[in-house]
Amino acid sequence: MEIVFLLEQVVNGLVLGGYYLLIALGLSLIFSVGGIVNLSHGAFYALGAYVFVELVKWVGFGPAIFVSPIIVAFLGIAFERFILRRFYREDPILSLLVTFGLAMVAEQSIRMIWGAAPLPASLPSAVRGPVMLGDFLFSKYRLLMLLVVIAVLAALWSLLNKTSFGRVVRAGIQNPDMVAALGIKLQPYMTTVVMLGVGLAALGGALFAPITTVHPAMGAEIITIAFVVVIIGGLGSFWGVVAAALLVGVTRGVTVHFLPAASEASMYVLMFLVLLLRPRGLLGESIEKFER
Amino acid sequence: MTKNGTTVNGPARVIGRRTALKMGVGFAAASTLGMPAIVRAQSGPIRIGNLTPMTGFLGTLGVYASKGAQLAAEEINAAGGINGRMLEVLSEDSINPENGATKAQRMLERDGVDFLLGEISSATALAISEVAERNEKLFVAVGPRSDILRGGRCSKYMFCTDIPNTVMVNAVGTAIKNQGLVDGKKFFSLTADYVFGHDLLKAAKSFFDANNAELIGDELVATDVTDFSAFILKIRQAKPDVLALNLAGNQVTNFVKQYAEFGSPFPMIGFNLNTADAWAAGVGNLSGTWPTPWLHTVDTPGTKAYVDAYRAKHGQTPENHSWVSYNAVKIAAQAIEETGTAETPALIEYLESGAEFDIMKHRKAYFRAEDHQLIQEAYSFSVKPEGTYDDVLDMLDLGPAVPGEGEALEGIFPSVEAGGCML
Repeated sequence: MEIVFLLEQVVNGLVLGGYYLLIALGLSLIFSVGGIVNLSHGAFYALGAYVFVELVKWVGFGPAIFVSPIIVAFLGIAFERFILRRFYREDPILSLLVTFGLAMVAEQSIRMIWGAAPLPASLPSAVRGPVMLGDFLFSKYRLLMLLVVIAVLAALWSLLNKTSFGRVVRAGIQNPDMVAALGIKLQPYMTTVVMLGVGLAALGGALFAPITTVHPAMGAEIITIAFVVVIIGGLGSFWGVVAAALLVGVTRGVTVHFLPAASEASMYVLMFLVLLLRPRGLLGESIEKFER
Repeated sequence: MTKNGTTVNGPARVIGRRTALKMGVGFAAASTLGMPAIVRAQSGPIRIGNLTPMTGFLGTLGVYASKGAQLAAEEINAAGGINGRMLEVLSEDSINPENGATKAQRMLERDGVDFLLGEISSATALAISEVAERNEKLFVAVGPRSDILRGGRCSKYMFCTDIPNTVMVNAVGTAIKNQGLVDGKKFFSLTADYVFGHDLLKAAKSFFDANNAELIGDELVATDVTDFSAFILKIRQAKPDVLALNLAGNQVTNFVKQYAEFGSPFPMIGFNLNTADAWAAGVGNLSGTWPTPWLHTVDTPGTKAYVDAYRAKHGQTPENHSWVSYNAVKIAAQAIEETGTAETPALIEYLESGAEFDIMKHRKAYFRAEDHQLIQEAYSFSVKPEGTYDDVLDMLDLGPAVPGEGEALEGIFPSVEAGGCML
């Protein structure tokens, strides 16, 4: 019986990890392409949730989940144009400071617009409820979320590896000077990548809004997990972030099985161990930019 | 060193006698000016230091609480103040125990507040009560519910206006006993891993032991956990008859939403839930029986007047923490009016005298002198079936007041001996 229980936690951890992946990927993309440490990533997650709750009243549950990230992604364009653009070639500490400030401004703005009280948001009864696969209990909604994540992952991977757009982006990660020397303007690619990253965070927020508290400080709750995942996965690696997200999800689940009080601390212990044994992260590449 | 204070390496930093004297006089003069308590005459405004958590998992409640306190102060001032003196409520975010204690100290020392009023987190309230004790100033604790604050850690300077954990357990316990959910049943609980949660679990265990129920398992949950899926799996693996929650703040909201997401496998009850966190759960997620000191649907003229006034000012419905803070300010105001002073010793004496206060419920409340707990009625509430209401504000179904009419109010409160308070 014990083994089945443990396995159940592992599987649930994988599903949860898939969800963390959404947020962490956006963060990793923005860092890889622009060298920006985006501490305001959580703010876009929160905005995704808030816009979703507003939209549900107009367009219904399903459409709201997909429209909300698109709206927030457009905000990402302004974010890139007016704030991030100045910091691409600078010391990452500067982007860290500016995005940290932006995160605080965003939280207070949300508080001013929507109030400090949380917004009520629920799952429609159609997607609520358990699903039994053999002995394993899942929630219907989480399986749906997993499908969305897999679809997004597949689309993103194809974009980065099967299109010319992706080729330029990957080249830009490795050696932006060379790309410029070859006569390709990187700027529009940067804007698109930021839009994608921000949109992913907002999608995460919209997906989680019906099963978590939608309140102004919700961004702070997710940003730490996202950063831990990115660090464990290694900067600049697509599959590293995937592996790290799944690993963090499973670690938390297994910790709840054995020592529930330590579930929050477990991912930090994991990060500590990974960095101790492999400082560049699981699959981090040594990128010329950072070897200077 | 040579005669004029220079050394071989240059002039030494030596303070001469005259300079020291000047500085001494200067300090003495400055310190009299810098002690607002002395400068403030008995006719100036009465200042209340209002600390509540406005960020973090209790953040929503703290904002409601400060609004309730401000509304009370405004009403008092509009009616002419207290004996002609205006009331000023300084509201700030206590954030956590360390910050709360620092701010409390600063408010007493530098901002010249006459006394402290506020706090919802039991952990921060303990820290603030120590500051109050050191400074010998009154602290009216509005929201912390741990029994220990009226028990082993009670203080001459702290008065608690909200219901304690044991009362919450008793309020819910009475209601679910009538539903047949207790005798011979197996319970599984989730407990918030800080002083409040541990305290509530202890009260819950006493209730289970006294009523032939079995606690088959309990898991501690860190207060920053937002995803409960792993815990829900554990609960299902344990197969209890009833799930009991000892969580606080928006952790209840998160859990309830995710529990509904997984199909709410077992009937659920909880020993702590604030109205704002209940509303945040949205339509169709909350179920079970929960405790509250007050709800906006309580059928008294005082409640109706308060709800109308609060709605008119803030455009939202008040919940229980705004109600507690509002009452706390009014209670303090009554004490100041009756004693003619805002000095702590007189106020403590008045509050301990058994004076009665109208807190908008059917029966008046009074402080128990032995442990400074405000003795009052409590309620349990449950949730109306989905589809019978449109707005979350109409979602909650208030039960009858406990104790019943004719029964002693103190009946639902833990005895002073059990609490261990030695004042």
